[in-house]
Amino acid sequence: MNRAERRGIGSRVFDIFNHTFLLVLGLSCVIPLIHLLALSFSDRAAATGGLVTLWPVRPTSITYEKVLEAGVFLNAFWISVIRTVIGTTLQMTLVVLISFPLSKNKEEMPFRNIIMGSVVFAYLFNGGLIPWFLVIRKLGMLNTIWALIIPQALPLWNVILMMNFFRRVPKELEEASIIDGATYWQILLHVYLPISVPALATLTLFGAVGHWNAWFDGMILIADRDLIPLQTFLRTVVVKMDMNEFMRNPEDFDMFSDRSLRAAQTLVTVVPILVVYPFLQRYFVSGITLGALKG
Amino acid sequence: MQVLAPVVDDLKEQASRFVRYLPRLWPLYVMVIPALIHLVLLSYYPMYGIRIAFQEYKPALGFAKSQWVGLKQFQLMLDNPSFWQIFRNTIVIATSKIVTLQFCAVILALLLNEVRKLFYKRSVQSLVYLPYFLSWIVLGGIMLEMLGSAGVVNQLLQRAGVEQPIIFLGNNRTFVPTLVASHLWQQVGWATILYLAALTSIDPQLLEAAAIDGAGRFQRVLYIILPGVLPTLLLVLCLDFGLLFNAAGFDQVLNLYNPAVYSTGDILDTWIYREGLLGARFSLATAVGLVRSVLGLILIVVSLRLISRFTDYQVY
Repeated sequence: MNRAERRGIGSRVFDIFNHTFLLVLGLSCVIPLIHLLALSFSDRAAATGGLVTLWPVRPTSITYEKVLEAGVFLNAFWISVIRTVIGTTLQMTLVVLISFPLSKNKEEMPFRNIIMGSVVFAYLFNGGLIPWFLVIRKLGMLNTIWALIIPQALPLWNVILMMNFFRRVPKELEEASIIDGATYWQILLHVYLPISVPALATLTLFGAVGHWNAWFDGMILIADRDLIPLQTFLRTVVVKMDMNEFMRNPEDFDMFSDRSLRAAQTLVTVVPILVVYPFLQRYFVSGITLGALKG
Repeated sequence: MQVLAPVVDDLKEQASRFVRYLPRLWPLYVMVIPALIHLVLLSYYPMYGIRIAFQEYKPALGFAKSQWVGLKQFQLMLDNPSFWQIFRNTIVIATSKIVTLQFCAVILALLLNEVRKLFYKRSVQSLVYLPYFLSWIVLGGIMLEMLGSAGVVNQLLQRAGVEQPIIFLGNNRTFVPTLVASHLWQQVGWATILYLAALTSIDPQLLEAAAIDGAGRFQRVLYIILPGVLPTLLLVLCLDFGLLFNAAGFDQVLNLYNPAVYSTGDILDTWIYREGLLGARFSLATAVGLVRSVLGLILIVVSLRLISRFTDYQVY
C-alpha cells in the first residue's frame, strides 16, 4: 500500500502546517541564544538602542575580552569546573557503592530492607531548607569548596534508579563468578560495572549537568568571592544586574553596553552544556526511563 | 507487643544469618557505609533539626538547647495573612504548570509522531530538548533581557503597534502566565519523551486495520493513538501532583520575581528562603517548611499508592 497516494488534500495541508509549526517551535528554543550572541558582539549604540535582533550590529569582540580579563569570572568558571569534576566523581562513587548491595534481596543481604527503607524515607521526606542549612553550618562546611560537593554527593533518586538497573542484571552472570570464588568487590567491578556502562554514563552526564547548573548552594553556602561558582556569579550579574566587577574603567562603557556584557557572560556559561549536549542526547531516553519500569 | 513479634523474629533471623555469613557478605556492608554516613549527616540530622520548629532557635544554643515554645511558631504562621496567600500562590502556580505542560506535551508528541521524515523529526527534537538543560540563571537572564521594557520583545511589540511596553515580570496580571509559559517552553520538549516512548508501543497492525476499514488520519489519532498515550498521561499527572510543592519551581520563581509581584508570585519555598535565611527567622521558617514537607509526604505517598494500584509501575 502506497501511503502517499492515499492521502487527501486535508492530510497534505495538515502536514505542511505541522512541519511549519514544529520548525517554528524548534527555532524558538535557539533564537533566544542567537539573540544573545548577536547582542554580545554588538557595539554600545546598537545594543542600548535596541537595534539588535539576530545579527550583530557593528561587530566587536570587546565584551568577550573584558569578560576573560576579569579575574572573578575566570575564577568562578574554574570553581565550577572543579565542583563538577570532583562532585560528579564522588556522587557516582557513593551511588554505585550503595546501589549494588541494595539490589540484593534481604535473603541474600540481611537488613537490606531496613537500609532501603531509610533511603526511601529520606527521599520522600526531608528536614527542609533551614535545618539543612544549619547542619551544614554546624559541620563546618560553610565557605569551603566542600559545601558545593558534599551536600550533593548522594542524590537519592539516582540510588533508586541505579539499584533498579542492577536488579535487572541476569543472576546467572553473578552465580558463575561466585562459583569461581569471586568476592563481592570483584563481582561489582568485573560483572556489574561493565554491563552498566549506559546507565553509568547517563547518571554521570546528568549529574555533571546538575553540578554545572547549580547556583543556590553557591549563593547561601559560600560568601568568599574566590569560591563562588559560575552560575552563582552569573546570577549577581544577570539577575541582580550588578556590574561592579566590570566598572573598574568607566571609559569602557563608552565602547560596549552592559547588556552585551551580560549576554557574553551568559553564553560563556552555556558553552560547556552545548559541548556535552550531543552526548546527553544519546542518553535522553534511557535517562528518563532508566530503572523506572520493572515487570 | 504481640503485633511486633513476627517483626522481631524476622530481625532475629536476619541477624543470625548476618553473623553466619559475614565472612562472605562483609563487602556489601562496607560498600554501604559512605552513603549511610551521608544519609545520617545530611538527611537524618536535618530531620532531627526539625525540632526547632517547636523552639525559639538561638544559633548560640543550637538544636539541642534552644528553648521550647510549643506550637507558637505554627500559631504565628496561621495568623500571618501572607501565609495563606503564599500557600494559594504555590498551588495555583504548580497546578497551572503541571496541567499546561502535560497537555501541550501530549499534543507535541502526537504532532512529532505524524512527521514521517525521520531526519526532520530528529532535528526538531534536538532543538526542543535544549532549554531543559539550561539553568534558571541562564534562562532568567535571557528572559530579563528579552522581556524588559527595552528588550527585544517590547521592541517588536512596539513596531507591531502596541504603544505601552508590557512589563511581563513586573505586574501581577502577567507574572504567573509568564512563569507558566516560560516553564512550558523550557520543559515541553523533554516532557514528550515519555509519550513518544508510549507511542512506539502502539501496535502498527491496529493502525493498518483501521486504515483499511476507512478510518482517516485524524480518526486514527483520536481513536487509537490518543488512547494509547492516556495511561502514560495519567501516570505522569499523578506523579506530578504527588510532587506538587516542587512543581511550583523555586529556581524559576526566585530568579524572576520581585517585590512588585509578591502577592501572586511568592511561593512557600521563596518565602522560607527569604524569611528564614535572609530574615534569620529560623524557627518560623522551619515550621512552614515542616508543614510543606508533611503535606508533600502525604501527597507523594497517596500518588504512589494510586499508581501501584492501577499499573504495574513501581518506583522502588
